[in-house]
Amino acid sequence: MTALTALGLAEAKRRLASREISATELAQAHLDAMERARGLNAFITETPELALSMAAAADARLVKGEAGLLEGLPIAIKDLFCTEGVSTTAGSHILDGFTPTYESTVTRNLWAAGAVSLGKTNLDEFAMGSSNMTSYHGPVRNPWTKPQDNAALVPGGSSGGSAAAVAARIALAATGTDTGGSIRQPAAFCGITGIKPTYGRCSRWGIVAFASSLDQAGAFGRTVEDTALLLQAMAGYDPKDSTSADLPVPDWTTALSGKVKGLRIGIPAEYRVDGMPTAIEELWQAGADWLRAEGAEIVEINLPHTKYALPTYYIIAPAEASSNLARYDGMRYGLRVEGENLKATYEKTRAAGFGAEVKRRIMIGTYVLSAGYYDAYYLKAQKVRRRIVEDFEAAFEKVDAILTPTAPSAAFRVGEKMDDPVAMYLNDVFTVPSSLAGLPAMSVPAGLSADGLPLGLQLIGRAWDEQTVLDAGLALERAAGFEALPYGLL
Amino acid sequence: MSLDKATVRRISELARIEVPDADLEPLAQELSAILGWIEQLGEVETGDVAPLRSVMPITHPWREDVVDDGNQQAAITENAPSSHDGYFVVQRVVE
Repeated sequence: MTALTALGLAEAKRRLASREISATELAQAHLDAMERARGLNAFITETPELALSMAAAADARLVKGEAGLLEGLPIAIKDLFCTEGVSTTAGSHILDGFTPTYESTVTRNLWAAGAVSLGKTNLDEFAMGSSNMTSYHGPVRNPWTKPQDNAALVPGGSSGGSAAAVAARIALAATGTDTGGSIRQPAAFCGITGIKPTYGRCSRWGIVAFASSLDQAGAFGRTVEDTALLLQAMAGYDPKDSTSADLPVPDWTTALSGKVKGLRIGIPAEYRVDGMPTAIEELWQAGADWLRAEGAEIVEINLPHTKYALPTYYIIAPAEASSNLARYDGMRYGLRVEGENLKATYEKTRAAGFGAEVKRRIMIGTYVLSAGYYDAYYLKAQKVRRRIVEDFEAAFEKVDAILTPTAPSAAFRVGEKMDDPVAMYLNDVFTVPSSLAGLPAMSVPAGLSADGLPLGLQLIGRAWDEQTVLDAGLALERAAGFEALPYGLL
Repeated sequence: MSLDKATVRRISELARIEVPDADLEPLAQELSAILGWIEQLGEVETGDVAPLRSVMPITHPWREDVVDDGNQQAAITENAPSSHDGYFVVQRVVE
């Protein structure tokens, strides 16, 4: 019998339904794996007792034939989702001791569907980063290493703990959030699948806010089907989030066919960037060939404002962050460092509570919103953002989906790029444009770098058309046959 | 755009983040490098472009203006570093 942790989410669901396995043994197998893999630092908070009690309740419902969509399936939650009675840190010192008295809508949906909580995963502080190195709770180690080289590599970020947990077979699937690539880039670095749905598909209520016009929850899995299944349970309209869309959630998993015959797939010329490794360029070409072989038409397209997406993002995201993070003042929750008066208490609390990258972004955001600079920076960025959206609108007149690499490199070493913020920001060069446009996008593991590390391909779809993204993703998954595993995993 | 130490000091005060004097110069350099990189946006012609504020055109639903939640005082103050009698305790701001 296959190890329980080697099953995918959908396969485990089938075995639970047939009573071949129990939710309790499935949870225990994952708790054991979590304990063995503590060296990865993928979790900030483990919830083993909660997992076993949720699994027991799931077993009872399975026996009674009352199973929900994710009944008895152990998953991990990015520690940016507020969970009632379970510590929520956002990877920051400033939320020390914070235990929410409410449940985020997305996690509420997951528990209502019968999912089992393994714990809260590590992340870049306030989801600001592409390496998971800015977490107050320490960096996460990617379960992958280069062959013959045991140096620790980053899992990507910001949802690095979630991606590492799924890749290391600690969790069947995991939630993430994506503001500029925080699901897709770690999915690519860890050799798994990750999807960011259309902005508004999942409720943001109860998710610690970073940049509200960009933040969107999404899903990690080891297959396209698993990822679709988790997303289906997460998504849905929520009156508590005014940007959540009042649209029905499609049954993506049932509709999933992998058929791309007749689809037009765009290849944007502007994504051929200088210095892109040959393996990534070749993989991108292979991806186009695979889709063509399945009957898709490959179309060269242009997204002329692509190079301006990152600088636009690094005005809009910090501006919104500086406003959202104003709430951390040491009065209502988390850390408080007393000063000689109220202003000094605010300043000392925030100086001690925020890490270097968060402070940098708050200060950039404060500056671009300050009197005299608002028009030159913030308003300008909002105008360029519209240009970027218009690029995609024009492209989607000609194509049904867009194929690009997910990231410009494979996973790098822990500690690299920390002294050069702009070099770190360039990790997200291929993921930020679709974030700015609010479009659904997913990363599918498709090959290995020259160093034997996983590489991902990204598919971007029209707003609300996750189905085409998933189907094209499944076609890539089948053609790529990506079966490599992190070193040490069988 | 290059930021000087005085500007960094002003931003840190607006952002309510204490910055030691010794950190002003390195921060000024870091922030200047980021802003310098951002400045390439000046190349984009945006004369008559309307700024994009909401990425998905969603019509917001109307609802009755009624109280549907409340009486959560204990839950709201539960995580406070200091609270008393259902209130947050803060430092004196009016002498």
